[in-house]
Amino acid sequence: MPAKLIETKPRPFKRVSIDPITLDIIENAMLNARWEMDAVLFRTAMSPGIREQHDEFPMIANVDGKMVVGQFGSFIYGFKAAYDGTIEEGDMFLTTDPYSCNGAVSHANDWLLLRPIFKDGRLIAYASMFGHMTDIGGKVPGSMPTDAQSIFEEGIRVPPTKIFKKDVLQEDILELILHNCRMPQWNRSDFHAIVAAIRTAEKRVIEMSNRFGDDVFYSALEDLLDRNKRAMAHLINTTVPKKKQYFEDYLCDDGMGMGPYKIRCAMWREGEKVIFDFEGTDPQSIGSVNFYLNEEMFKMFCGVYMIMVFDPQIMFNDGFYDLMEVRIPEGTLLKPREPAALSCRTHALGRIFDILGGLLGQGSPDFLTAAGFSDSPHLMYSGRRKNGEWYQLYQIGFGGIPGKPSGDGPDGHSLWPSFTNVPNEFLESYFPLRIETYETIPDSGGAGLHRGGNALRVGYRFLEPGQISIHDDRWLTYPWGVNGGEPGLRSRKTLYRKNGEVELLPSKCDRIQVEEGDLLHFDTWGGGGWGDPLKRPAEQVQFDVEAGLVTIDGARRYGVVIREDLTVDEKATASLRSRMAKKRGKTQLFDFGGSVEELKKRCKKETGMEPPNTPVFLSGFSGPSGTGKKKAARKGKKAAA
Amino acid sequence: MSYRLGVDVGGTFTDLLLINEKNGDIHTAKVPSTPHDSSVGVLNGIQRVCQNAGIDPKEITQFMHGTTVATNTVLTGSGAKVGLVTTKGYRQVLQIARSFVPGGLGGWVIYNKSLPMAPLALTIEADERIGADGSVVSKLDERALKRDLKALKKKGIEALTISLINSFANPAHEKEVAKVAREVMPEVPISLSSEIVPEMQEYERTITTVANSYVRPKVETYVNNLKRETRKLMSDVQLHILRSDGGLASAKAAAAYPVNLLMSGPAGGVAGAIWVADQAGFPNLLTLDMGGTSTDVALVENGKAQLRRETTVGDVTVRASSIDVRTVGAGGGSIAHVPELTKALRVGPESAGAAPGPAAYNRGGELPTVTDANVVLGYLPSGEVRLGGDMEIRKDLAEQAIKRVAEPLGLSIKEAAAGIIDIVNENMYGALRLVSVEKGYDPRDFALIAFGGAGPLHANALGKLMNSWPVIIPPGPGVLCAYGDATTRVRDEASRTFIRSFSQTNVGEVAKIFEKLAASASKALDQEGIPKKDQTTSFEVDIRYHGQGLQLTVSFELEDLKKRGLDVIGEQFDEMHRQLFTFALPQEKELVNLRAVAQGKPTNVRALSVPKGGKDPSQAAIAHPTIFVEGKDQKATLYDRSKLMSGNEIQGPAVVLEMDSTTLILPGHIGKVDDCGNILITPAA
Repeated sequence: MPAKLIETKPRPFKRVSIDPITLDIIENAMLNARWEMDAVLFRTAMSPGIREQHDEFPMIANVDGKMVVGQFGSFIYGFKAAYDGTIEEGDMFLTTDPYSCNGAVSHANDWLLLRPIFKDGRLIAYASMFGHMTDIGGKVPGSMPTDAQSIFEEGIRVPPTKIFKKDVLQEDILELILHNCRMPQWNRSDFHAIVAAIRTAEKRVIEMSNRFGDDVFYSALEDLLDRNKRAMAHLINTTVPKKKQYFEDYLCDDGMGMGPYKIRCAMWREGEKVIFDFEGTDPQSIGSVNFYLNEEMFKMFCGVYMIMVFDPQIMFNDGFYDLMEVRIPEGTLLKPREPAALSCRTHALGRIFDILGGLLGQGSPDFLTAAGFSDSPHLMYSGRRKNGEWYQLYQIGFGGIPGKPSGDGPDGHSLWPSFTNVPNEFLESYFPLRIETYETIPDSGGAGLHRGGNALRVGYRFLEPGQISIHDDRWLTYPWGVNGGEPGLRSRKTLYRKNGEVELLPSKCDRIQVEEGDLLHFDTWGGGGWGDPLKRPAEQVQFDVEAGLVTIDGARRYGVVIREDLTVDEKATASLRSRMAKKRGKTQLFDFGGSVEELKKRCKKETGMEPPNTPVFLSGFSGPSGTGKKKAARKGKKAAA
Repeated sequence: MSYRLGVDVGGTFTDLLLINEKNGDIHTAKVPSTPHDSSVGVLNGIQRVCQNAGIDPKEITQFMHGTTVATNTVLTGSGAKVGLVTTKGYRQVLQIARSFVPGGLGGWVIYNKSLPMAPLALTIEADERIGADGSVVSKLDERALKRDLKALKKKGIEALTISLINSFANPAHEKEVAKVAREVMPEVPISLSSEIVPEMQEYERTITTVANSYVRPKVETYVNNLKRETRKLMSDVQLHILRSDGGLASAKAAAAYPVNLLMSGPAGGVAGAIWVADQAGFPNLLTLDMGGTSTDVALVENGKAQLRRETTVGDVTVRASSIDVRTVGAGGGSIAHVPELTKALRVGPESAGAAPGPAAYNRGGELPTVTDANVVLGYLPSGEVRLGGDMEIRKDLAEQAIKRVAEPLGLSIKEAAAGIIDIVNENMYGALRLVSVEKGYDPRDFALIAFGGAGPLHANALGKLMNSWPVIIPPGPGVLCAYGDATTRVRDEASRTFIRSFSQTNVGEVAKIFEKLAASASKALDQEGIPKKDQTTSFEVDIRYHGQGLQLTVSFELEDLKKRGLDVIGEQFDEMHRQLFTFALPQEKELVNLRAVAQGKPTNVRALSVPKGGKDPSQAAIAHPTIFVEGKDQKATLYDRSKLMSGNEIQGPAVVLEMDSTTLILPGHIGKVDDCGNILITPAA
């Protein structure tokens, strides 16, 4: 049964014509409301994950549930189809279950709140927001067990539930949920912060409706959706070829010793419609690296990437959804069947962006970007202090932004919008640790005409015994370079025990016991390079060497010879560059740093870790299909430009 | 007799305001600015204003001045070559910053980060470590430091910043490093993060201290020149510079802590607005200061501007108190364009600046700007009717420029121009909402005061959007800033980070710290020769729920705290939290920063006055042009502001001209001239 909307005074909206200036004004006001939601949340939330690192996403949707302003696209259509109940004035819904909202949130740590906004007895819009809770119970602190085999191991799941009825908080439900979490005070305050942000959006929507009139407001949102559709139709027509393009990339492993997992996508245009087909993607993992990818969300990712260069001020919305079709086969890594574990989906989510970049860019290399810091690696550290107090840290890591047509990638930054790092002095004041090193790793950004950003090294000195969990990737496969640019350096985790022993830790692990005085080097990965490194002006390379971002040795990857006094040896540079150019020949469109087979073969020698085993899939789910039959861009080592 | 002098140096004019400290009498003067060396204009002005008043410049004892030198140094990237010393492991603290990429999803594709203010090549590490609790984890390696500082000296640095981890908890190592640095490079000015901003958060503390070093040489030179030159005329004068937070700093303090001057210019405007509006009887204000490239807005409650622990100039944000001025990239020079893909009308943030400037200025600008839209609509008159300024205004060029956006939008030139004005007003409306509605204030409780070259053109429309009445247009934006400079009180503050939850806090201990802070804040006032009886001290804490990232600032009386304990602070905080965010939490609260603020007494000064007249303003009318307003051509009246008299009532549509500003009064509105010469615009009854 689909959801039933109950309005006390239902009446239809009238579509009226809106002058372009009023439209721009309403667009601007909607954007302001969206930023205001963020501001309210950041200021009042408590968990460092939301408060400092901004792991949250707001949305305002029109009366039909189409996202007019926000980030990840709307899920309301799917929610309405699946929810067997009423939508009434004064309701606020909470859900944390990916399987109940068609992947609108992709793991149960993300708490999603949805508010239907009523004015004068009828629905006029929706506001919603989700935020990542540091802990929702389950088998490990942080609730993202790398070895989970079903979602039941990953903490409490809340199906779509009216957490407010007639604007009254259902406290017993909230208390029941909080009782299952290790840091209930954080969840409680973050929950209230999200509610406050949504109420802000509601207030703004009603103000706007009062200012312009309900019909004008309604029609403006429709027009804004149309504006996006027109713009995207034009973009799709001019940039997407009818011929099928393929791209594939990998998750290095699943945390249980198997990998890599392939994600493959084809793209082509049929008439004015673009089709994305994930046929050929590996079946769902028996572990927790599955990513329940919402099709609408994927459309949003594509649209944003395509339009960013043309009108960055645009308020991006769902209007163009009819122009895209996304096909994700069931039972695959990107559409696993319930109750597959989902908590460690962050790697596949990030990798989708590399795939998008490769897929969209291969037809127009000028807009192609290299592979970037397509992940948000986590560190969890928890335990009891000597005084018996429980501490629990969840932290997101940063890395190299890829080289891109407009310039170098920043060092140690984030691909995710609005994410920021946590001040180390704050960490040291509130958690039993010391950050001894916080710097980017020289030469870790891929060489290129535009350099990839450097990876970040964080040196955690633990001051209390405890347990750590690590979630990262790209330790086996490379963040690839494009248009002649080289790949960036891969990630690595090294634990220096107080007793002098050195342990390499896997990219994904749980419950690693650490002692007071142990030091962890958490090295993320660099961004791929963009364009021919031999063409990067020597003085820019020299500048990076002086800055310590590139070493004298590393400068040779650009064919630049730097003397010990850090000046450029022009003559030696010219001859080195010409030798390198001759040896290399024509530059390649993509540089993956080797085929998967080659990478696995070199794995132990280069990374110190054993290569992962070929994944085994559960029977009863669809097997790999299409693999090896079609020619993908990522075949073997390098594809010719 | 003793006099105090306020001086505002604007792009075109330098304004001076002379106050007789005994009886509050005032004299003003306006002279052309001299951008190559602004002290020339200042000296000309001093002579002029003293002539007007019939006094000897030597009778001036206090010289108050707001300056944009620090701001411009940052904006033009013309600061010092700054060397930086960090803790080992933190050399890239400015390179990494907060890892933030602006824009939405995919924003990184078009984001190119600017270089750090202290270049990495000039950053060295000190091998040392202080813990979060202030304990020494490892001692400073002086030998290695000396070696690295010598190498740094060879690179020719002009200023040095020392910013070590956890120095907010224990500054000992920063002081040791400074000692070594002074030996190695005695001539280089040194800034310590533990002195500039002794607060937690390494990036913010470092960038703030580096910014201080960056602008310091320029500001020092400027202040010293000004002091030297003015002493030629006024032997005994005390020079004060207006700080970003609206307080006054001595010339010496200004030169040593110039990071506190980054908003000195806007603060002068706000301070002046507060004073002028207070005279007119409006203590609750929204201020709107619109210039060529940007607009600053602020909220004033009960005659007090909201402060913020942050100052942003260009893409640099530092931890220095400033009047909570929000800036939007919307000014007279903002450029309008229509992206081909979306066919939306966008205004700004790109600006035509002073060069090439708006098309109408005929200095090579061809792109349509907000000023061009104002010219096309007739709000900025072209031809003979202009007063002052020697700028010619070319309506034909403005029309050509606006045509560029009118065509793709399918609108007439006038409609497109009106659209540009609507959109730029909307941008400013957004900023005004940020300081009011979004902080839980109802704009209907506030008057709107507009200044800056372009503010009075847009103020009436914004008053309508905000429902903030009256809209106050004070006479002369330059004079307003000079008023702000001259009427500001000497102010200093002392603060320290003190993170502790309420349950662990001993009220007696905290009260003692506050007393110490009060003593150190008043030291600066003592040095200014302000007697203790003229000083007042107020107390503030930054506080939050334990675990939150925000801090709210709560003021209280020290006696209340001693009597009633922390509840005095806690109850206020809960109430503020509820007002701002709709909820309070049953959660332990935590002190973050403690602060004492000492102030001198207010100045005795009388407001300007204009001659009395009747309701009829026709003596000031100079023309009756047609302007395009509210969608159609309408007959309007053009007035010469200098001929307006107190009591005059101007019916909109009308345009009021003065030397450095133009006011638009919309149809259906009346502008009443008050005794001080302000125009108070309200909807016609």
